[in-house]
Amino acid sequence: MAIIVDRDTRLVVAGLTGSEGRFHGLRNRAYGTNLVAGVTPGKGGQDVEGVPVFDTVAEAVSEAGANTSMIFVPARFAPDAIYEAVDAGIQTVICITEHIPAHEMLRVYTYVRPKGVTLIGPNCPGVLSPGKANVGIIPAEVFQAGSIGLVSRSGTLTYQIGNELAQRGLGNSSIVGIGGDPIVGSSFIDILEKFEGDPETEYVVLVGEIGGDEEEKAAQYVADHLSKPVFSYIAGFSAPPGKTMGHAGAIISGSSGTAAAKKDALEAVGIKVGTTPTEVAELVVAAAA
Amino acid sequence: MDLLEYQGKELFKRFGIPVSEGRVATTPAEARKAAEEIGGAVVVKAQVLTGGRGKAGGVKLADDPADAEQKANDILGLDINGHIVRTLWIESASDIAKEYYLSITFDRGAKKPLFMFTTQGGMEIEEVAAKDPDALVRLHVDALEGYQPWIARRLVYGAGVEDPGEQKQIADIIGKLYRCFVESDAMLTEINPLIVTPDGTVKALDSKFTVDDSALYRHEDVAALRDTSAADPLEALAREKGVTYVKLDGSVGILGNGAGLSMSTVDVVVTAGGKPANFCDLGGGGNAQGVVDALEVITRDAQVKSIFFNIFGGITRCDEVARGVLEAVERMRIELPIVVRLDGTNADEGRRILAEAAPPNLHVEPTMLDAAKRAVELAA
Repeated sequence: MAIIVDRDTRLVVAGLTGSEGRFHGLRNRAYGTNLVAGVTPGKGGQDVEGVPVFDTVAEAVSEAGANTSMIFVPARFAPDAIYEAVDAGIQTVICITEHIPAHEMLRVYTYVRPKGVTLIGPNCPGVLSPGKANVGIIPAEVFQAGSIGLVSRSGTLTYQIGNELAQRGLGNSSIVGIGGDPIVGSSFIDILEKFEGDPETEYVVLVGEIGGDEEEKAAQYVADHLSKPVFSYIAGFSAPPGKTMGHAGAIISGSSGTAAAKKDALEAVGIKVGTTPTEVAELVVAAAA
Repeated sequence: MDLLEYQGKELFKRFGIPVSEGRVATTPAEARKAAEEIGGAVVVKAQVLTGGRGKAGGVKLADDPADAEQKANDILGLDINGHIVRTLWIESASDIAKEYYLSITFDRGAKKPLFMFTTQGGMEIEEVAAKDPDALVRLHVDALEGYQPWIARRLVYGAGVEDPGEQKQIADIIGKLYRCFVESDAMLTEINPLIVTPDGTVKALDSKFTVDDSALYRHEDVAALRDTSAADPLEALAREKGVTYVKLDGSVGILGNGAGLSMSTVDVVVTAGGKPANFCDLGGGGNAQGVVDALEVITRDAQVKSIFFNIFGGITRCDEVARGVLEAVERMRIELPIVVRLDGTNADEGRRILAEAAPPNLHVEPTMLDAAKRAVELAA
């Protein structure tokens, strides 16, 4: 088992005919992901290296049996692509696109949430279940299969930590990048809940950063609901207030959203927090050894 | 993107929210002319993106045009929390009977817009929330339901506004402010104070306004308002070149790929005993031009004594970054020590390229921590 993507994933890529969508869609297929369709309005009937392209997601579902959608279209088209996937009955939507306006995402979130669809992102690197499926832009070769669930708001920082774990002989059940925007489809809590229910996951590493209060909420959730050991790393201890640090959501507003407050909240419920990516990997090694 | 008071008020006005008549001035003579045009007593207000203007002497009442010129002369050039005053807003002076507070923020936690309203305006809202939490009415809006008139009734009755004339005007402003918030793609719209004049007229006396950067593409007029004069010149240059850059106050220049890793790099430099000069995220690309642009911004900072490149290749290919670094060093004749750490996609190839060219000021380190330590040593 793993979470969100696995051998049952039947992937449709919105934007498969674009250069980025094509590159990463085919890269995901080369990894072993079952890429069944692409969707580009006006290009139905074509194919990308043998993958059929449809005009609508509904066709990708009825003709190719797609059950997971990866969104790779530009920001101004992405909300439409998410709505279309959800309304076509897709149960898992992973949105890589960045720079979607926050108000737009708020409406998408409010619409999608009650439907029970798993929405990951936007502005995220996707989900990788090593040895099973990769949906997104995570470089799979950095990671090994194993028992550590990894959830993060950042892409490259996740690779860094995954790599530190792999160098120490540890692997991952699934790696989930939830995204760095103010409004994302799945929170840390949503993913923690899935890891708790996944028999293959024995430990969880939560990689947070400044801004918002999702890490604080996650800490409380861990205390109340998780039986598995959780470790954490938070980026942005030296970030100045009021400045957006690369991710739209990574901003200290007034005195809220600081790395120190997040670390305190996590440690208060017994979660060990590493001060560097190396240290968090070593904490996991010490526990798992 | 944060807007200045007068810019926020211009947007308020566009959505029908009452504000005082005013003019922008950048010189004492312009302030005088503005006061003449407006007539009567005016308020001369420093336009800076920071709080505490009043206490710092940045807001002054002027009786007539000559006085406005004098007050403008006093305020222009003031340093308010590190922001130099270069722009003034001259507006018709208002008599104030009551000061209320009204805002809508984008509540990330609840994932809903949040209205806050209180009759105890004029002070920091955190202060009201701490001292007298019952006086502050908070109400979330469902993003799909949008604004409905009951929302204004809950706020106005909840806060105890009793005068029917005030109730009617404030309810109207609440509805308009919601439209302004959504249609401007704002992350924050705040009116503090929302005043009632002795004759019972309600209007916005100040504005605090933040617009979502990701939505600026559909608000070109707002994007054009960006106050580049007051911004840090390096940050302004970075914006021009499309480089994600935040100026810090140390000597180790930092360049990473991805926001999280770049933030982590800043932290690790601090852990290694150094002082980061900046946060800079190369983003997903990392081609030669991107590297050159970023280095141009980083090296423009005279405090920078060493540069730390921390790259974990995912989409970014380390061989491309290596070529970019070499090209930038050559094209820009950079003599500062550069410490490079490459990992991930095509890292071996990247390290080989750097080892072959081996410019004397280039240091390649195997891990993030080693590289941070080296960069800190070289900056000392």
